[in-house]
Amino acid sequence: MASPLPSSGPADKHRELGLTDAEYELILQRLGREPGDTELAMLSLMWSEHCAYKHSRKVLRRLPTEGPSVLMGPGENAGVVDVGGGLGVAFKVESHNHPSAVEPFQGAATGVGGILRDVFAVGARPIAVLDSLRFGEPALSARSRYLLDRAVGGIGHYGNSIGVPTVGGEIYFEPSYEQNCLVNAMCLGLAPHERLIRSAAAGPGNVLVLLGALTGRDGIGGASVLASAELGEGDEAKRPSVQIGDPFSEKKLLECCLELLDRELLVSLQDLGAAGLTSSSSEMASKGGVGLDIDCSAVPLREAGMEPFEIMVSESQERMLCVVEPERVAEVIAVCERWETLASVIGIVNDSGRLRVLDADGVAAADLPVGILVDDCPLYDLEPVAPESPSVVYPGGVAATVLGGAESPADTLLALLRSPNLASRRPVFEQYDPVVQSRTVRRPAEADAAVLALPTGEAIAVSIDGNGRRVACDPRLGAAEAVFECAANLACVGAIPLGVTNCLNFGNPEKPHVAWQLVEAVEGLASACEALDVPVVGGNVSLYNEAPAGPIFPTPVIGMVGRLPDPARAGRLGFAHERDAIALVGWFAPSPAGSELAKLRGEELAGPLPPIDERAIRGAHETVRELVRSGALHNAHDIAEGGIAVAIAECCIAGGLGATVRLPDGLLDPFAEAPGRAFVVSGPESVFAGGPGVAGGPGPSRGVAGGPGPGRGVAGGSTAALDGVQVIGRVGGDELELEGRLKVAVSELQNAHEHGLLEFL
Amino acid sequence: MRARVLVKPKAGILDPQGQAVERALPALGFTGVRNVHVGRMIELDVEDPARLPEMCERLLTNPLIEDYEIVEAA
Amino acid sequence: MKFGVIRFPGSCDEVDAQLAAERVGEAVILWHADHDLQGVDAVVIPGGFSYGDYLRVGAIARFAPVMEEVASFARAGGLVLGICNGFQVLCEAGLLPGALLPNTSLRFVFRQVELEVVSADSAFTRACVEGERLSIPVKHTSGRFYAPSEELARLESAGQVLLRYAPGENPNGSLNDIAGVRNQAGNVFGLMPHPEHAVDPLIGSVDGLKIFESIRAQVGEPAPV
Repeated sequence: MASPLPSSGPADKHRELGLTDAEYELILQRLGREPGDTELAMLSLMWSEHCAYKHSRKVLRRLPTEGPSVLMGPGENAGVVDVGGGLGVAFKVESHNHPSAVEPFQGAATGVGGILRDVFAVGARPIAVLDSLRFGEPALSARSRYLLDRAVGGIGHYGNSIGVPTVGGEIYFEPSYEQNCLVNAMCLGLAPHERLIRSAAAGPGNVLVLLGALTGRDGIGGASVLASAELGEGDEAKRPSVQIGDPFSEKKLLECCLELLDRELLVSLQDLGAAGLTSSSSEMASKGGVGLDIDCSAVPLREAGMEPFEIMVSESQERMLCVVEPERVAEVIAVCERWETLASVIGIVNDSGRLRVLDADGVAAADLPVGILVDDCPLYDLEPVAPESPSVVYPGGVAATVLGGAESPADTLLALLRSPNLASRRPVFEQYDPVVQSRTVRRPAEADAAVLALPTGEAIAVSIDGNGRRVACDPRLGAAEAVFECAANLACVGAIPLGVTNCLNFGNPEKPHVAWQLVEAVEGLASACEALDVPVVGGNVSLYNEAPAGPIFPTPVIGMVGRLPDPARAGRLGFAHERDAIALVGWFAPSPAGSELAKLRGEELAGPLPPIDERAIRGAHETVRELVRSGALHNAHDIAEGGIAVAIAECCIAGGLGATVRLPDGLLDPFAEAPGRAFVVSGPESVFAGGPGVAGGPGPSRGVAGGPGPGRGVAGGSTAALDGVQVIGRVGGDELELEGRLKVAVSELQNAHEHGLLEFL
Repeated sequence: MRARVLVKPKAGILDPQGQAVERALPALGFTGVRNVHVGRMIELDVEDPARLPEMCERLLTNPLIEDYEIVEAA
Repeated sequence: MKFGVIRFPGSCDEVDAQLAAERVGEAVILWHADHDLQGVDAVVIPGGFSYGDYLRVGAIARFAPVMEEVASFARAGGLVLGICNGFQVLCEAGLLPGALLPNTSLRFVFRQVELEVVSADSAFTRACVEGERLSIPVKHTSGRFYAPSEELARLESAGQVLLRYAPGENPNGSLNDIAGVRNQAGNVFGLMPHPEHAVDPLIGSVDGLKIFESIRAQVGEPAPV
């Protein structure tokens, strides 16, 4: 194993640990002396991009974070929103990209383990996991198939074994992710308000108790070496710092922590993630405005002879840190023994404002003001410069051409359904348990969003989304689309958004065009969240996702949680009844730019994406949400990748029913895309004739498709009276017919859709 | 004594892990490989090696589906 | 009647099993380290990954203190239901015949599968009809039922196979499509599918309820009004 402390001269130490000369100068100045080795190891981690967000913190201030349902916002282990009945839902998405690129099974598994700890660290019982994954092209790359297989295996291993259902997710394949796969995991938890706990250490004289696994040399240097540097040749040498996940230990730790909280035995609680004890202890001290003395010799070790700096930066998994009043320690230890979980008093809270690390002889291996660790890392201004056209060069270039352009519409539709980005995810989600805990009202592929019943009789819905391809075309619009698409998914099950979490996966922000992508994408996210009145309550940033040939597609991933009053009425994806009317809801003027079809045709990434009309989008979402809630619809599905043709085909596939549709006159390209803006729904014809109290809210003022204009009653002789709703066809038979365009048997659609991804797993 | 207990699927029982490895090896150019079985190895320090078979029968293996072999580690 | 659901370290579906059992009676959680079955009328050993499934599925749980009580309870004719990991534990404990091997796919599989009731003449399927189909999910990595051929023939001829995967539905490579078997005496039953995840129309099918209703009927209690 390579030693994380350099053997070269002292002048180079800070550089090898990832600190710039200027940053090191600043440390000397603030400290008034040279830092010792342990101190330097701790500082280099706390000042890394991963911990300090030094290139993104200023940009992130643009995101709206407040709203009436927010119980905990950014800064805590996870954000929490109120869902009524005295309950809160905690949630957060986090990346584990670099560890997964080095060892996909353990990287993905520990990614899930880490996000679970973030959620139970605030006192919430984890109730669902979702994942957002990106890999290189599976048809071209054996490595991408391997990463896919192992990452999916790792997610399943951890989530299934710990008894938390995996209820949703997304996977996309693009050449730019070949060397930098993305593994983002999201977790939701449920807690009564009174069990929610913050992470601020408080009360001088209170003791610091370390819970859970033994501390080993796992992931030493992980945060600075793995998470903040570009991966290149020689990654094999980084294998020793891979963390290994143990879901069995975490299951016991989880039950133990929740019991400790239920018995009101803890003052505060924090999980150990990147930078291990260093990060968790200094952040707890900083938030509480206190100091801590940590006795390294009291930390139970898995390997003999560990140095204080190794103990302080170890990223061994399945550990938590809590503050306990001295007279409650015996009770805490008793609960931990019952759960076969180690508990060790390793330190004491004081009012010094310093973090002191003592070795076995009581000698201070580190003695730093808490502020220098947590607050003093310089925050950098980005220097964004829009790239000149043609746009940024991405590794792998455009994907291989699958379609020449002369194919029939039917063949084009089948090729899209079979393509890895659109094919059925069944081979993946069958490896996850979606039902444990008996809450899952809508499982994967049953609806656009997962739906989980609450003990109050209501339900929450959750969706995760992000399309790097479209963000690469236009970072601002593409990022906004991801927010609207999540909200559209929620509308399809009848849910209104309560809060957002995000994970911003980008390249090297010190490069001007990547900085520009980041700034633009955050602007898009912020404006879309403002348009929907939904706050961002937490998130994570993963930068430096670059290969020698260039960055990944800019990939903001959005997780959104919403609420619906009646789970029995939660919408479904598939057509359900012969003779139902099919309607298009929303203003839909799509474009081929950045579409899946453009990808299959090997076209260059280029805009412009369709414009966003926030008022029209809100209206369409509201119309669908209210129709679903009224119980009037038999299905609801948002129109995303592959355009309206693929959306209708997906409803046919899920329901095993055909359809006959005449596309609106203005809609020339059935495969053009405008995600997040419009829906395909079905129900009895009378539903779409309108009338008081049916739609529940005002629709958009504009016409439905093909741009401004009334655009009503195009097909089926309908005189649809609902604003923004247009009947376009009818469910029935065993074929999908788009009049004048294509006619394909549903069995053929199902066959293409089922097998597209299966062949790579 | 430091002992190693080598556990493998009982002869005749379908061993999909072994089959998967057997199929993968020729793809990498390693031909002429047959009868691949994947099991596990348990290493332990024991004061009384005579009790090892009993440990194997009761906990370390399932005699219905697994065979084992005890070897002394160097 | 009163069900007792055992909680081992690493159990995952014990609360689900408790909720399901509560639809037909009372249900309490029994702690693995206790020697006390709290006077229950039937024991459920739930799904999950007891002791992390380390060493071998179900291999360590069988030695938990509570399992000694379960073994005496079963010897005295008490009803014991093992679901998924619970089935694996009962096989390891010798309370049920056979063993559960890794799926032929070598992967975890979650799937809503169709089962066929082979026999309704049992304490665990008496609320079903012979030949009836039940839609119940499976979720496991090691669910391939195996028994040596003579043993298998004996199980079949003695009518100990109570549930089979319907044709084309076998998710794991189980011999003879076996999804659930009982012991010779008929008071211990294990199955890989999860009946406790098929008891609520909001969340899936309700076919699994019939297993719990059968147990209640066997214990001799009338259905709640």
